[in-house]
Amino acid sequence: MQIVIVGCGKIGTTVTEDFVAEGFDVTVIDKDPAVISAITNTYDVIGVCGNGVDCELLAEAGIAKAELLVAVTGSDELNMLCCFLARKMGAKHTIARIRNPEYNDQSLSFMRHHLDLSMSINPELLAAQELFKILKMPSAITVETFSRRNYEMVEVVLRPESVLSGHSLMELRKKYSAKFLVCVVQRGENVYIPDGNFVLQEGDRIGISATPTEIHKLLRQIGLMQKSAKNVMILGASRTAYYLSKMLMDNGSAVKVVDKDFARCEEFSALLPGAVVIEGDGVQQELLLEESIDRMDAFLSLTGMDEGNILVSFFAAAQGVPKVIAKINSNELGSMAEKLGLECIISPKKVISDVLSRYARALKNSLGSSKVETLYKLMDGRAEALEFIVTPDFPGLNIPLQNLNLKKNILISGIVRGRKAIIPSGSDVILPDDHVIVLGAGTQLQDLSDILL
Amino acid sequence: MNHRMIFYTISRMMLLAAVLLILPLAVSLIYGEACYAAFLWTLGISLILGLPGTLFCKPKKKLIYVKEGFLIVTAAWLLFSVIGALPFVISGEIPNFVDAFFEVVSGLTTTGASILANVEEMSHGLLFFRSFTHWIGGMGVLVLVMAVLPDLSGRSIHILKAEMPGPIFGKLVPRIKDTAKILYIIYFALTLLEIFLLLLGGMNLFESVTHAFGTAGTGGFGVKADSIASYSPYLQWVITIFMLLFGINFNLFYLLLIGKIRAFFRSAELRVYLGIFVAAVILVTINVLQLYPTFAEALRHSAFQVSSIMTTTGYATTDFNLWPSFSKVILLLLMSIGACAGSTAGGLKVSRVIILFRLIHREIRQLLHPRSVNTIKLDGKQLDETTLRSVSGYFAVYMLTTAMIFLLLSFEPFDLETNLSATFACFNNIGPGFGAVGPVSNYAAYSPFSKIALSFAMLMGRLEIFPLVLTFLPGTWKKN
Repeated sequence: MQIVIVGCGKIGTTVTEDFVAEGFDVTVIDKDPAVISAITNTYDVIGVCGNGVDCELLAEAGIAKAELLVAVTGSDELNMLCCFLARKMGAKHTIARIRNPEYNDQSLSFMRHHLDLSMSINPELLAAQELFKILKMPSAITVETFSRRNYEMVEVVLRPESVLSGHSLMELRKKYSAKFLVCVVQRGENVYIPDGNFVLQEGDRIGISATPTEIHKLLRQIGLMQKSAKNVMILGASRTAYYLSKMLMDNGSAVKVVDKDFARCEEFSALLPGAVVIEGDGVQQELLLEESIDRMDAFLSLTGMDEGNILVSFFAAAQGVPKVIAKINSNELGSMAEKLGLECIISPKKVISDVLSRYARALKNSLGSSKVETLYKLMDGRAEALEFIVTPDFPGLNIPLQNLNLKKNILISGIVRGRKAIIPSGSDVILPDDHVIVLGAGTQLQDLSDILL
Repeated sequence: MNHRMIFYTISRMMLLAAVLLILPLAVSLIYGEACYAAFLWTLGISLILGLPGTLFCKPKKKLIYVKEGFLIVTAAWLLFSVIGALPFVISGEIPNFVDAFFEVVSGLTTTGASILANVEEMSHGLLFFRSFTHWIGGMGVLVLVMAVLPDLSGRSIHILKAEMPGPIFGKLVPRIKDTAKILYIIYFALTLLEIFLLLLGGMNLFESVTHAFGTAGTGGFGVKADSIASYSPYLQWVITIFMLLFGINFNLFYLLLIGKIRAFFRSAELRVYLGIFVAAVILVTINVLQLYPTFAEALRHSAFQVSSIMTTTGYATTDFNLWPSFSKVILLLLMSIGACAGSTAGGLKVSRVIILFRLIHREIRQLLHPRSVNTIKLDGKQLDETTLRSVSGYFAVYMLTTAMIFLLLSFEPFDLETNLSATFACFNNIGPGFGAVGPVSNYAAYSPFSKIALSFAMLMGRLEIFPLVLTFLPGTWKKN
C-alpha cells in the first residue's frame, strides 16, 4: 500500500517510522532538504523535497497511485489544500492535521465534507482526551476503551505494598469476585502475555481488561481505587491545556493553570473564565507551593520543554501529589524519565501515530474478512491491543477457545456480544458480529484470522 | 561501530559467492573441462568461510551507519576479488596469484584490463567466469544482496549509496529491496536482448553470452585476441549501441518503463552524454578518415571506439594505438569523463562534469558580480550546497588519486604515454590504454608491485575512492 506523508516534523517522523514498520511503501515530502536527507538515511522511504501543494511535486511523489495521504505540516491551511489537491489527483484517502481551534468547531464537518477529507486530526485535542481519560481513573497509567466503552483496558504499576504481587493469576481469579483478565505484563525490558501460572511481582506494569464497572470493582478491592481528580493543576497554558481544562470543568473539576507568558494567560482566562490562571514561572518551587500544589489531586506539566516537564513532575511527586503526568515528546527522554520513576507520561505525537496506524491498517485490510475497529499500542509499542468485528467467514467460528490453535504470544482478552462483555474462558466461542479484543506481543495482526496458527 | 553486523553481512556475501560460482562450474562441466575442479574447490572454500558467520553470528543490533556501509562494501569487494582469483590459480591457467588477483579485480570492477597474452588458450569455463565477473560487478554485488535478502533496515541505504556510482543517489520506489530488484530486472532484460541480437548476427551462444556480459557491465573482457575486430559490421554496431545503452543511468530506463518518455528525454545528463558522444564521433571520424578505405568504415570504427572508451568498456575493433594524436587525446579525455551516474560505467560521470562546469560558471559570475546570488540546478532542481561541495571535493580527490597512481607507476621502464594511459585506463575502469598497454597488448609486462597498485586503482575507480580510503584510515577503526 502506498502512502504519502507531507511534512516531516515531530509527528511526520513518528508516523513515518510507524508506517515503515507496518510495511507500507512510504513517500515523504518536506521543504527542508536537510530533513529529507535525514529521514531517507534512517528509514526505507523515498524523500521528495519541496512544497506539498505543488501539483507537479505531488505527481512525482506518486499521488495518483497512493492509497492514503497524510498532511501534517505546521500549517492547517497548507494541510487542507494539500489534501484537497491530492484527492483531486487520485489519492483514495486523505488525512489532514487541523489544529486551530477556530476550525475545530461546527465548520469542521462542513470543511471535511467539502474537502473530501477522510479524517482530520487535532493533536492537542487528542492528547487532551487521552489525559481526561486518565484523570477520570487516576490509579491507572493509561485507559484504553474498546467497543464504545463497553470494554476497557487499564494499565497499572504494582507498587511495593500491592496486594497483587506474589500471587499467580489463577489464585487472583479465585480470590477476587470481580471478573477480569490480566492480559499483558511488562517486567523490565520484557513484555509477557501471561498464563494462569504467571506470578506477579512488585514493579510489574500490568494491563487489566474488563468491563468498566468490573474494573472499578477490582480497583476498589485491591485498594488502588482513587477518586477522579477534582483539583487539577496544569503547567503551561497550551492548547492541550485549554481543551483539557474545558473537559475537566464541564465535568465539575477545579482547574488551576500556571504559565509564565502574560499574553497567553490573558488569552486563556478569556477563553475559560472559570479557571484560575496564574502568571508565573512554574519552575519556581516557591510559586507552586504558594499555589498549594501539595493539595492537588493531580498535577500536569504540559509545557513545550521536555526537560522542564520532567523535573517539575518529580518535584510535584515529592510534594505528595497522587497523580503526576508529564508531557514528553522525545522518545529517549521519555524512557529515561520512566526509568527514573516517572510513571505517567504522555506524548502527543504517539497518540496521533496510534490513531493514524489504526486508520492505515484498517484501510489495508478493508478487503479482508474482518476489520480492525480499534488499535492501541501498549507498553511502548511492544504489544498491541486490537478490536475486530467478526465476519461469518472467520475460520474459528463456534469452536471453543481451548480448542483453537492460537499463535504464540496472542491472547483473546475479551468478547463483546451486543451489549454483553464476556471475559473469555476455555469454553467460550466466537460468533459472527462479535467484537473480539485481541492482545499480541511482537507480531502485527492484520486480520482476525492471523491469530490462528 | 557494529562489527557483528559487518561480519554477518560479509559472511552472507561469501555464501552468495558460492551460489554464483555454480554458473561457471556448470559451463566448465558442459564443455567437459578440467577447470571444474578449481571451481568446486573455490565453492567449498567460500562455503566454509561464509557458513559459520551466517549461522552463529546473528547480530542483535542491525543498526548501521555511513561508516559501516563503506566498510561492508570495501570488505565485500576485496573478499570477492580474493575468492575470484582462486579458480585461476587452482586450475593453473594463471599460476601467479598477483596476476590472477589483477585479472579478477579487473573483471569485477568492469575494467577489462588483462594480463593474458593469448585469451584463446583459456578454457571456456574460466573465460565465462571472467566475463561473468563483469556482469556481477557491473550492477554491484551488494545491490544483488539487497535484491534477494529478506531483512533490511532503512539504513541499508548506506550500503547502496556506497556501491552505486554517481553524486546523487535516487531510489526508484520507496523500498530499497524493490529498487534493487527493479535495477536488476532492467539489467537482466537488456542483457538478454543483446544476447538475442548477437545470436541473430551469427555469433555462437558462448561468445554472445560472454560479450553481452562484457558489454552490460561495461567491462571489456572478450574471448578473442583481437577483441571485436574479427566480427561482422552488424555485430560491431549492435555492441556499439548496447555499450551506449549500458552507459545510461538505469533510473532513466525505469522512467521509460513506467511510460514517462518525456522525462526520459528531458534528462540533462542524458542529453549531454549523447551530445559528447556525437561530437566525439564526428571529430574522430574526420581525423581518421584517411586511415580507412571508406567513410562508413571510418565512422563504424570511430563510433565503436568512442562508445567503448566513453562507457569505459574497453572493447576494440581496430588498434586505436595507431590513430593520430588528436583522436588519442579525445579518447583520453573521454576516459576520465565516463558515462552517466547510476550506470555500470566508471570515470567521473557525466552528471559530475555538468555540475563542475556549472560551478565554474558560477565562480566566474561571482567574480564579475561579487554580491550576486547564484543557484545551480540539474534537471530543474536546485542542488544544495552539500551536493556541490561533495562534487568539487570528489574532483579534487579524483585528481590527487590519479597523480598518486601515475607516480607509483613511474618506476616501470615504460614511456610516459603508456604509464599515463594505464593510470587512466585502470582508474576509470576502461581497460586498454595506449602505447605498450594498447588494445592489442596487455598488462603482463608490469611488475607485481604495479599490478597491485593498479588493482587498487581499479577498485577505487569502481567504488568512487572514498570507501577504500576510509577503510585504510586509522581513524575509522579508533573507538572514539
